[in-house]
Amino acid sequence: MDNSTKKNKKIDISSGILSVLASLICIIIGLLVGLVILYCINSENALDGFSRILKGGFYLKPKGIGTVLAQTAPLIMTGLSVAFAFKTGLFNIGAAGQYTLGALGALYFALVLKMPWFVCLLAAMLFGALWGAIPGIFKAYFNVNEVITAIMFNWIGLYAVNEIIYKGVIGDMYDMKTTKTYTLRSTSPSSMIPDMGLNNLFKTKSTTIAIFIAIIIAIVVYIVINKTTFGYELKACGHNKEAARYAGINDKKNIVLSMTIAGALSGIGAGLYYLSGVAEWNPQVSTALPAMGFNGIPVALLALSNPIGVIFAALFVSHITVGGGYLPTKYFQPEIADVIIAVIIYLCAFVMLFKGMVLEAIANKKKKKDAQTQTSDMGKGAAE
Amino acid sequence: MENNDYIIEMLNITKEFPGIKANDNVTLQLRKGEIHALLGENGAGKSTLMSILFGLYQPTSGVIKKNGKEVKINNPNDANDLNIGMVHQHFKLVECFSVLDNIILGIEPAKGLFLSKKGAREKVAALSDKYGLKVDPDALVSDITVGMQQRTEILKMLYRDNEILIFDEPTAVLTPQEIEELMKIMKNLAREGKSILFITHKLNEIMEVSDRCTILRKGKYIGTVNIKDTTKEELSKMMVGRDVNFKVDKKPAKPGETVLKIENMTVPSKMHKNNAVKNVSFNVRRGEIVCIAGIDGNGQTEFVHALTGLEKMTEGKIIFDGKDITDASIRERSKSGMSHIPEDRHKHGLVLDYTLEQNMVLQRYWDDEFQKNGFIKQSAVRKYSQRLIEQYDVRSGQGPITIARSMSGGNQQKAIIAREIDKNPDLLVAVQPTRGLDVGAIEYIHSQLVAQRDKGKAVLLVSLELDEVMNVSDRILVMYEGEIVGQLDPDKTTVEELGLYMAGAKREKVPAQVN
Repeated sequence: MDNSTKKNKKIDISSGILSVLASLICIIIGLLVGLVILYCINSENALDGFSRILKGGFYLKPKGIGTVLAQTAPLIMTGLSVAFAFKTGLFNIGAAGQYTLGALGALYFALVLKMPWFVCLLAAMLFGALWGAIPGIFKAYFNVNEVITAIMFNWIGLYAVNEIIYKGVIGDMYDMKTTKTYTLRSTSPSSMIPDMGLNNLFKTKSTTIAIFIAIIIAIVVYIVINKTTFGYELKACGHNKEAARYAGINDKKNIVLSMTIAGALSGIGAGLYYLSGVAEWNPQVSTALPAMGFNGIPVALLALSNPIGVIFAALFVSHITVGGGYLPTKYFQPEIADVIIAVIIYLCAFVMLFKGMVLEAIANKKKKKDAQTQTSDMGKGAAE
Repeated sequence: MENNDYIIEMLNITKEFPGIKANDNVTLQLRKGEIHALLGENGAGKSTLMSILFGLYQPTSGVIKKNGKEVKINNPNDANDLNIGMVHQHFKLVECFSVLDNIILGIEPAKGLFLSKKGAREKVAALSDKYGLKVDPDALVSDITVGMQQRTEILKMLYRDNEILIFDEPTAVLTPQEIEELMKIMKNLAREGKSILFITHKLNEIMEVSDRCTILRKGKYIGTVNIKDTTKEELSKMMVGRDVNFKVDKKPAKPGETVLKIENMTVPSKMHKNNAVKNVSFNVRRGEIVCIAGIDGNGQTEFVHALTGLEKMTEGKIIFDGKDITDASIRERSKSGMSHIPEDRHKHGLVLDYTLEQNMVLQRYWDDEFQKNGFIKQSAVRKYSQRLIEQYDVRSGQGPITIARSMSGGNQQKAIIAREIDKNPDLLVAVQPTRGLDVGAIEYIHSQLVAQRDKGKAVLLVSLELDEVMNVSDRILVMYEGEIVGQLDPDKTTVEELGLYMAGAKREKVPAQVN
């Protein structure tokens, strides 16, 4: 029995390695396409630009690293949000809207109520959860596809939040001079997430312990999905709703809960971003939904919806995004990094295909070996 | 050249999968114009062997010959070029296409850019006349019966001038009448010179139509016999490796108190406006097996769904163990001692992407035995599933961590039965528990049902198989168009009489309560 469990573990690990390998293949191809694009635009400086992208935050040590970490924290959260819903068979395209609501929650509790940072974070979570729950309720009780509702609520959320913050210039949080919300540093320093010396270390202003909070939450999500009865129920609903019902699992409740938790995770993401003071909300320019919400989708895809994988996928995406920002603007647009990410995301759809190809290659190798031994066996048989 | 006798030969075929040798040195030789049965238990390697012949798998070693010449079959197109056709167990038809469109799919006759179906229509009509394959070429596949869908599949093969026809468990989905029809068609085809490979584990059908039979057991070749010279008992012994008891061994029932009482149950239909179950009342007592017999689609599915809580009923009452559970949830019913072996194991019975061990606790993962403070006790789940796997002989490639999807149908069913019986329920609702299983497994499941009864539990069996209805049950209720039209004692009735009730030709008033 000991032997068999050992063997089982081996299989688990090798399939995990395969997944990582498949994701790495996507990344490499994506980077190569990026290089080709750089060459097409400006061949002389292509290699220099490419190395800046590859180096990412390390190009401008230590400040760049701090920036990468500050960007990664919210991205982990939106990635987790999408991945969590995927596990229940739901596509949470509403992470952007939930993130927007989370931002409102965090900023209102910080700038107006001047609450300590963890209360603000909690508020961000609750606001996001509410925005996630709505598509969940529509899906569970009225059978409306969550993608449609979530997209509509993205825009409803964005315009509502902008209006609440702006209020025709007189909004409590709105600073007329900067056309953005007031900075936390000047208005409510106690609402800032503590940096524990990280800002000194990286010589930045907004590198806080947010990254650690995000990593801890990712681990918690991993445990919830894989080790608890709640995760067991959620996944059962995702794989086979009918069988879950047969087993007495309340599928409607689970759909609502799954979307609510996904929303809460996105909301926390916004909290980690704005409470770290990375940026302020601009209600006049923000007619586009925050990219952080949508970038959660590729992060979740690249990680194959594995919460631990989300940490690394988010790190990678912000790494090359920051790297893209260091491109010499004389020759290149920083959006090149977005193009590379886009190609990688596109290839993510093929992760399963790559996985199959790797498996097949291994099988073929083995087959050749077997065939060799077999032909020699057959030769023996014929000789007899 | 004795080889010329055979149209297809598969010599010394071996096929390995990770962790399992599906075929181990198997030889199968098919003569021209014969019906050759391929017999074996679930997971004996029948489907693998046929998939190799059809080009879906490549053998690890071994040779395939057609008319004495060695051939390579790399994909189904190669198989088609060699005039090999297959009717799969689950049909490969486009539901929203007409019968004719399905038949010509892939080799559409065209004039320039436009389809010209006239010739095709004539050819199909000629073929269906010649072999007695009645179809309506213009009906949509989604609208026709399973039997007609199967005839469409057969016409598909004939339209492509296939000479070697593979039937993969063709009778599993058919009603008794349709089976009879199919047997006739197969004999017709053989008479016209087609060679037929017939995969099945139903011995009666083999005895009826085949000329020869090749038997596999656990991937190994056991032998090929002439049907004329053998008996059912001998075949089953070769297949299972021991004597099989066809008669279910059971003492007379000693019914006790009433466990389940159904009063005036009415369930609406999802397919049409009428009620699927109409005013049904009966009771089930401890220590008896009550069987609901009937032709498929007479309200049995809706009745079971309402009983187990998957669907809502509009009228009536369910009293279980003295409590009214009419409005109870699925979980509450399960907790209070009702087990359910569902009709559709893929739709309801299993989460196919879960591992075997995760499926084993599907009805009990919330139990204190398997969780503490919401955390699943992984080692307890592993230990429990290992016990069930051993006790109920569930075979799989990797044991508890096998993905359920990769298991054979019979072993999937065994896993469900293990899970439901091991809950030790007061009432076991078993819906077609032996569908698609071999005699060895059927014998085992029947003995389990009887064992439940003898332990003083109640068993409610829903079955379409007449043999099963007659052999296993202590009391038969016949359901016809959503109503209970007859109550029969299996010892005092005949299959013919039962058939009359099932067809709606005979009916009587049934008392709501039996004591």
